Amino acid sequence: MFRRTRTLLVTLLTGGPAVWNSRRLVLAHFWFAFAGFGGALLLGAWQMFIRSPLAAWIGDPELYYRSVTAHGTTMAYVFPTLVAMGFGYFVTEHSLKHPLIGLHWAWFGWFLAVIGTIMAIVPVALGRASVLYTFYPPMVGNAFYYIGFVLVVVGSWIWVALMSVNLYRWKRDNPGAPVPFPMFATVAGSYLWGWTAVGAALEVLFQIIPVALGWRDTIDPGLARIFFSWTLHAIVYFWLIPSYIAYYTIVPRAIGGRLFSDTMGRISFALFLVVAMPIGIHHTFEDPQVGAGFKYLHSVFTALVTVPTLLTVFTICASVEIAGRLRGGKGVLGWLKALPWRNPAMLGIALSFVMLGFGGAGGIINMSYQLDATIHNTQWITGHFHLIFAGAIVIMYFVIAYDTWPHLTGRVLDSFGVMRAQLWLWCIGMIVLTFPWHWVGILGMPRRMAFYDYTNPELAADAVPVIMSVIGGAILVLSAVLFFIVLLRGQFARRAEPDAYRFSVAVRPPQRVPVALNGLGLWLGLMIALTIVNYGFPILHAIAMPGTAVPAIMVGERR
Amino acid sequence: MSEERIVSLRNGWFTTSVGITAAIALVGFLVGFLWLPLAQPGERFRGVWDAICSAAGLLHTAPSGEQIITAKYLTTQVEVVPHMLDNADAVAIGRGATLALRCTMCHGARGLSEANSPNLAGQYRIAIYKQLVDFKTGARVSAVMAPLVADLSDTDMRDLAAYYAYLPRLTDSSANNPPRIVASGAPLRGIAPCGACHGEVGAKAGAAWLEGQPVAYLRPQLEAFASGSRHNDIDEQMRNVARAMTPQEIDAASRYYAEHP
Repeated sequence: MFRRTRTLLVTLLTGGPAVWNSRRLVLAHFWFAFAGFGGALLLGAWQMFIRSPLAAWIGDPELYYRSVTAHGTTMAYVFPTLVAMGFGYFVTEHSLKHPLIGLHWAWFGWFLAVIGTIMAIVPVALGRASVLYTFYPPMVGNAFYYIGFVLVVVGSWIWVALMSVNLYRWKRDNPGAPVPFPMFATVAGSYLWGWTAVGAALEVLFQIIPVALGWRDTIDPGLARIFFSWTLHAIVYFWLIPSYIAYYTIVPRAIGGRLFSDTMGRISFALFLVVAMPIGIHHTFEDPQVGAGFKYLHSVFTALVTVPTLLTVFTICASVEIAGRLRGGKGVLGWLKALPWRNPAMLGIALSFVMLGFGGAGGIINMSYQLDATIHNTQWITGHFHLIFAGAIVIMYFVIAYDTWPHLTGRVLDSFGVMRAQLWLWCIGMIVLTFPWHWVGILGMPRRMAFYDYTNPELAADAVPVIMSVIGGAILVLSAVLFFIVLLRGQFARRAEPDAYRFSVAVRPPQRVPVALNGLGLWLGLMIALTIVNYGFPILHAIAMPGTAVPAIMVGERR
Repeated sequence: MSEERIVSLRNGWFTTSVGITAAIALVGFLVGFLWLPLAQPGERFRGVWDAICSAAGLLHTAPSGEQIITAKYLTTQVEVVPHMLDNADAVAIGRGATLALRCTMCHGARGLSEANSPNLAGQYRIAIYKQLVDFKTGARVSAVMAPLVADLSDTDMRDLAAYYAYLPRLTDSSANNPPRIVASGAPLRGIAPCGACHGEVGAKAGAAWLEGQPVAYLRPQLEAFASGSRHNDIDEQMRNVARAMTPQEIDAASRYYAEHP
C-alpha cells in the first residue's frame, strides 16, 4: 500500500516520462552560476582594493557593506548551489543512464533560484539590505532580500527531492544492483543540503522575516546565531561535495587511471553526511548563550570531519598513482613524473589539494576552542574560507565545467593552454590573496570592517600584506577572464558530438554492495540523531531563556 | 541482498556505525560536561549536577545575599523598538501643535530655534519622545526642561513627537565633505562613524537627526556624555563613544553637523 502510494506520488510529482536530455537544463544552471560568480568576483576585488592603503577611503562604509553583502550572497548561496544542482542533474542522467525524471520540476527549481536571486540582489543594490550574507540579527534589512533567499533555497529543495526520486526509481527498476557511485555521492550531497538549509530557513522564516515585514519589533540574536550555525558549517561541505565527486569520478578517468576503491568513496560520503552537521557551534565559540559543554562536543565532531577528508586524500592519491604507473612511472616517486600534468583535470586536482592542505590545517586551528580565541573574528577567518571554498573547491568547479562542457554544448573544447593558465593563475592568485590575509589575522586585524587607518602605528604592519592581497585579487580576476574565454569559445566552437560520458571505473568495480552503502538511510538517521543530540538542547534552551529579545536594528534607513 | 535489513543487530554496518557514533558522543559528553568543568580551578560547583548544568549553558541565579550592583543614577525607561510610534494621525499632529505652543520660546515657532536650543522640525519621532520621557523621569537632567515636562502625559509626549516630526526639516543640497570622525569613526578606539546612526550613512531607531543643530548645543552634549553627567543613552553607547573622542574630534563633529543643515 505504502509502496503504491509512493509510486503514485512520484508519478504525480514528475509528470510522467521526461524527455531524454537535460543538456539545456544543466547549461542554464551552470551559466547562471558562473555569471553570478563573475559579477561577485569583481565586487570582491573592488572590496580588497578599496580598503587597502592603495585607495583613498570612499568615505561611505555603507557602499562597502552593500558590496560585501552582494558578494557573499551570490558566492555562498547562488553560485555553489546552482553548480551543485546542475552537476547533480548531469550526474543523474549519465550515471543512471536514464533520462532525468522531473525535467519540468527541475526547470521550475531553476526558475525559482533565478527569481530569488534577482529579488534578493535588488534591495541589496539599493542599499536596503546591507546585512552581509550571514544576516547578523538584530540587523534586519528589506524583506525582499530574505524572501529571495528563501526562494533560492526552495528551488534547491526541488533538486533535493528530484535526486531522491530519481534514485528511488532506479533502485526500483534495478533491484539489488549497486547504485552507481557518482549518484550515491550526489544524493548524499543533496540530503546534506536539504537538512543543513533547515537551520537558516527556520531563522529567516520565523525570526527575521516577521521583523522585516514589520509584524514584530524584537528579535533574539542568540537563538538566530545558533540556527545559522546549523547551516553555516555544513553548507561548506555541501559546497565541497561537487568537488569531491569530481575528485572521485572525473579525475581518475580523465588522467587514464582507475578509482582505487569504490567502497572507500562511499564511506567518505556517508561520513560527510554524519559528521558535517553536528559541528556548527564552533562558529559561536565566543557566544555567551551556548554552554561550554556543547562547544566542546561540537569541537570533537568538527575534528572528525578530518576522517572523510583524509580518506579521500588517501584514495585519490592512490588512484592517481595507479594512473602514473599505468603510464609507465616506476619507483617510489617516478609515477609522479609520469602523470599527465598538461591535462587540466590533473593540474586542477593537484592545485586543489595544495589549497585544501593549507586550508584544512588552518581549519583545525579554528575548531580548537582555545586556539580559535586568538583568531576569532579576525581576517584569518576570511582568509581561511576563501582558501578552502574559493580555492580548493571552486578550482574543481572549473574542472567540472571543462570536463562536462563538450557534453553540454555538443561542441569541441580544446583551449587546453588557456585552461592550464587559468588554473595556475587561480591557485597563485588565491594563495597571494589568502596567505597575507591569514597573517594580518594573526596580527589581530578584525574582519567585517570597511575602513582601516593604516597611518595608525597599530595597523601599519598590516599595510604591506593587505596590498599583497589586493594583487592576489587582481590575479583572480584575470584568471576568471580566461575561464570565461574558454567557456565562450566552447560555446561557439565547431560541432562535434562527443562519445558517451564516462565516470571513473574502480579497480574492482562493485559487484555487490552492502545495503548500508547502497542507500543513505542509515547515515541520514545518524545525521538527524546527532543533530538532535548536539543542537536540541541549545535551541530549546535559547527559546526558553527569558529576556533575550532585543530591538531589531533596521538597516538601510539613511535619513 | 534486498532481504538484508539495515536496522538490525545482525547488520555489522548498523551496529558498528551506531556504536562508534554513540561512543564518541558519550566520551565527548563525559569530557565536556563532567571532567573539564570539574577540572577548572576557581569554579564553585555545588556537586556534579551543577557542573553539568553549567556546561549545558544554564544560567545561575545569584545566590541570596550576594550584592547586586545598580547604577547610582536613573537610567532611561524607554524601550526603543523600530516601529513604536508609526501610527500618528492628523489629530495627534494637531494636538501636538497646540501643546507645542509652550515650546516656541526656545525651539522656535516652526521648530527652528533662534536661541541655540535644538531644532525640532523634522526630528525623528522616537528621538523626541524618548528625550521627553527621560526628562520627565529624570534620566536626563535639565533645569529648564524638567518643569515643562512634569505635567505631560504619555499621549501628550507622543503627540508632540508626531507634530515636530511632521514639520519640514532644514534642508541643504550643498556638497558635504564630512570630517573623518563623522564618515569613518575611529575603529581602533571603538568609535563607529557618527553618520552610521545619526543620518547620512544610516539611521537607527532612537538616535537623533543631528544636521543643522546648533554647535552650542552639540558640543556640550558630547562633553556631557564624555563626563558622564548625561547618561540616558541605552547601553551606554554614546558615553563610550564620547569618552574616546578627542576634543578636536568633538569640535569637528559638532561644527560639521551645525554647518550642514
